[in-house]
Amino acid sequence: MPELMQFLLSGATVGAVYALVALGFTIIYNASDIVNFAQGEFVMLGGMITVFAHMAGLPLPLAALLAIVVTAAIGVALNKLAIEPARGAPVVSLIIITIGASIFIRGAAQLVFDKQLHRFPAFSGDDPIAVLGATILPQSLWVIAGALAVFIGLWLFFTKTLTGLAVLATSNNRLAAQLVGINTSWVMTLSFALSAGIGALAGVLVTPITLTRYDVGIALALKGFAAAMLGGMGSPHGALVGGILLGLLEALTAGYISSQYKDAAAFIVILAVLFAMPQGIFGAKRTERV
Amino acid sequence: MRLSTKSATLLVLALLIVATPFFFPSAYYYRVGALVFVNGIAVTGLVILTGYAGQISLGHAGFAGIGAYASALGPTHLSLPPSLSVLLGAALSALIAFLVGRPILRLKGYYLAVATLGFGILVSMVLANESGITGGPDGVQVAELGLRDLLASLGLKLKAPVFWYAFSGVVLLVGAWLALNLYDSPTGRALRALHGSEVAAKTVGVDVPRVTLQAFVISAVYASVAGSLLALQNRFVTPDIAGYMYSIELVTMAVFGGAGSVFGAIFGAGILTLLPQALTFLAEYEQLMLGLIMVLVMIFMREGLVPSALRLIRGRGA
Amino acid sequence: MMAKLTTTTTLAALLAFGLSGTALADIKIGATLSATGPAAFLGDPEAKTLEMLVKDLNAKGGINGEKVDLVSYDDGGDPNKARTFATRLVEDDEVVAIIGGTTTGTSMTIIPVAEDAEVPFISLAGAIEIIDPVRPFAFKTPHTDKMACAKIFENMKTRGFTRIGMISGSDGFGDSMRKQCLAIVGDYGIEVAADERYGPQDADMTPQLTNIKGTDGIQAVLNPGFGQGPAIVTRNYHQLAIDLPLYQSHGVASKGFIDLAGKDAAEGVRLPGTALLVGDLLPEGDPQKPVVDAYKAEFEKETGTPVSTFGGYAHDAFAILVDAIKRAGSDDPQAIRDAIEKTSGLVGTTGTVTMSPEDHLGLDLTAFRMLEIKDGGWTLVE
Repeated sequence: MPELMQFLLSGATVGAVYALVALGFTIIYNASDIVNFAQGEFVMLGGMITVFAHMAGLPLPLAALLAIVVTAAIGVALNKLAIEPARGAPVVSLIIITIGASIFIRGAAQLVFDKQLHRFPAFSGDDPIAVLGATILPQSLWVIAGALAVFIGLWLFFTKTLTGLAVLATSNNRLAAQLVGINTSWVMTLSFALSAGIGALAGVLVTPITLTRYDVGIALALKGFAAAMLGGMGSPHGALVGGILLGLLEALTAGYISSQYKDAAAFIVILAVLFAMPQGIFGAKRTERV
Repeated sequence: MRLSTKSATLLVLALLIVATPFFFPSAYYYRVGALVFVNGIAVTGLVILTGYAGQISLGHAGFAGIGAYASALGPTHLSLPPSLSVLLGAALSALIAFLVGRPILRLKGYYLAVATLGFGILVSMVLANESGITGGPDGVQVAELGLRDLLASLGLKLKAPVFWYAFSGVVLLVGAWLALNLYDSPTGRALRALHGSEVAAKTVGVDVPRVTLQAFVISAVYASVAGSLLALQNRFVTPDIAGYMYSIELVTMAVFGGAGSVFGAIFGAGILTLLPQALTFLAEYEQLMLGLIMVLVMIFMREGLVPSALRLIRGRGA
Repeated sequence: MMAKLTTTTTLAALLAFGLSGTALADIKIGATLSATGPAAFLGDPEAKTLEMLVKDLNAKGGINGEKVDLVSYDDGGDPNKARTFATRLVEDDEVVAIIGGTTTGTSMTIIPVAEDAEVPFISLAGAIEIIDPVRPFAFKTPHTDKMACAKIFENMKTRGFTRIGMISGSDGFGDSMRKQCLAIVGDYGIEVAADERYGPQDADMTPQLTNIKGTDGIQAVLNPGFGQGPAIVTRNYHQLAIDLPLYQSHGVASKGFIDLAGKDAAEGVRLPGTALLVGDLLPEGDPQKPVVDAYKAEFEKETGTPVSTFGGYAHDAFAILVDAIKRAGSDDPQAIRDAIEKTSGLVGTTGTVTMSPEDHLGLDLTAFRMLEIKDGGWTLVE
């Protein structure tokens, strides 16, 4: 029984990490139909900037805030310099642009920072909290709380705020959105700032657990992308559920079946779910324009 | 006389393959050329899948991995000669593509992307984890193809890079010729109709699942052959060959050069294979430049290098 | 190639007769290292070490009066790229020797190129396949994984452990060491009762450790792996309050590991390491002391980062090569190869190297020291 509890807690921790990364994908996707392959680099930047600002003497909360603001600005720059000039290009070209941008950001990070692994102290210490015979680190609770907070924030944003609705309208039909007076360029800028900011926040929260290095973004983005697709791309519900599900799957497979094939089990389940539900669990049916 | 696209593509390719070695200062250039051709073969497969049929795959390195490990393990585990092992790998890739293709190709867009990505990762994971058979993450040695020794015994002694340049070049030409023929075949026409609009294709009687599956299987065979060639010339292979980074690299090459045409995609494979070699003098700035070039080309030549350049030339001519 | 070889041989012969060294080109040494990619924290210090040592050597007048020219490429840990760069070094840059192959995979693709071109190659990777079977032109500096396993099991045996658990990384390093350890563990009367794995990028290993904790009669745990994995394992080990001795591998032998795992979690962890980490603890008479102290001081001054075992591997490879070129009195690859094979009593950071036609590594178990982490620092167990 304590074993099961430990597996669940581990799954929740890892799942929350995936969910946080997955949530970052949703806004840009909702605004522009682009899956931003540089999302993992935002997560990396969040962690690395915090590490280096903290080493330079800034208190941790200030360093984290700086990391989020700087990363959001980089997100805006990415939109202005690479995505907007390519407006109207086929989606696959836009994907290559985001892949190119991710290579660029990694290349810059290894120059500006270094190639070593880093971490900074957990926010509330490293003393494990006992839960029904199992343990969880306080930082895991921060990550889980962060994922929930971002989820609620996004959900409110997309359903209750005018700006959020404008984002959705822009994605559905850019021209129509412009006709009803939505500043679509501003919507895109905002989406990139928010996505990058959420990515950086994820980086700040997970670094004490996962550690960070200039190239951690690739693996995180891969799992986050898979989680988002499992839940249904574009849906905050989907990102949260997909992330947690993926984490639990890995932990339970590692615990009960084989730690060697835990990643394989996760991808097999993703394939199975997509075969049964081709739009993911919470994905909206999008009709194809003819 | 006007040349058809097909003859023009093959002619230009053949000329490039035969003529460039006259400018090679050392055998190293043959090695890079051979890599361009191997990537070109895999990318030609993606032209059929992505350019003709409009389906995306982020998992084709998985098939390259199957081909590579078939040529590595066939001789040691099944006592097959390497040449037969390559064919076995291609057959195995075709079979696996046929089996997974049916459910996977029902998915669209990003969902298809993540499903193919998952497939590729599963292949690389099996290759890394079944170390009893595959040698594990540290990789496994590959036997000599034997053709070079045969040529040597006939009096034609070639350095390894030179031999592989010629051999991969011939395979690439054959592969491009087959792909161009397919373009004009009934299947090719059905695929292009499908790419234009799936609904329209359906209404004119195209069996959509069947032709997309065909494209998927054919492209898998191309990737498998490319993987085999790479393993045979490196004489060593690790599960990295099936990794998603290589899958993404292949798609990037195709789109970068222009996924709609065989020549464009092969050209893209050439540029993106050469760039990292040309940029080594930048040392630590290499990644930065590579990313920047990718972004700039896709912004200013959004259909890919070759189609955009052709349009520019034609536009000026008219 | 033949023609080129003869020219270099003739030139080398001229030099050997002491006619003149001034008209000659520099000695060109090649390197292909994983300065970026998943093995960057191995390859990065290796690349920096070589750069630093070459600069140093040239400032001191080079080898036999000739300057050394280093051509270094970053293969990103990709075996395919490593093969291409090795071809480039041999065919285009025409180097007389290659250092590198940060990982086993990259080293194994470089070997056929070096063998074909008959250029000596010194690998910086762990696996035993690189030198076993012995190939004429392939050498390496790090201990084999098997030696690390033997060192650990010897220590476990003296503490009376007979039943242990293992949790290994599924990357090349972890997988190779796991295999080597499982192959020899029986010789020490030890049984592996739990054998868990984790992915190199995993964020939490508590499920695997919970299973090890729940296995009956386990007396100690061994974690073959490198990168962030072992740091996270060590933290999770502490989180689950597992009260058994934890052994790490030589793959984490750097100050960075203690920082990443945290002082509390790393307390009491044992691992086989090289003299480099404990230079200040070595007794005055220790032959390795001057070598490791000099390298450590210089590397830390030059880069501002603490030394790691991996940079030490590059240091030793370069020392072996320079020593061989000096003794060969020529920069002919074949002569250098022959001289490398006759390396004897060369004191490096990893140990004292004595090679032979049957042994292209030249280290024994005494090169390893069993270390224990105490109060966030290293201590010697023996």
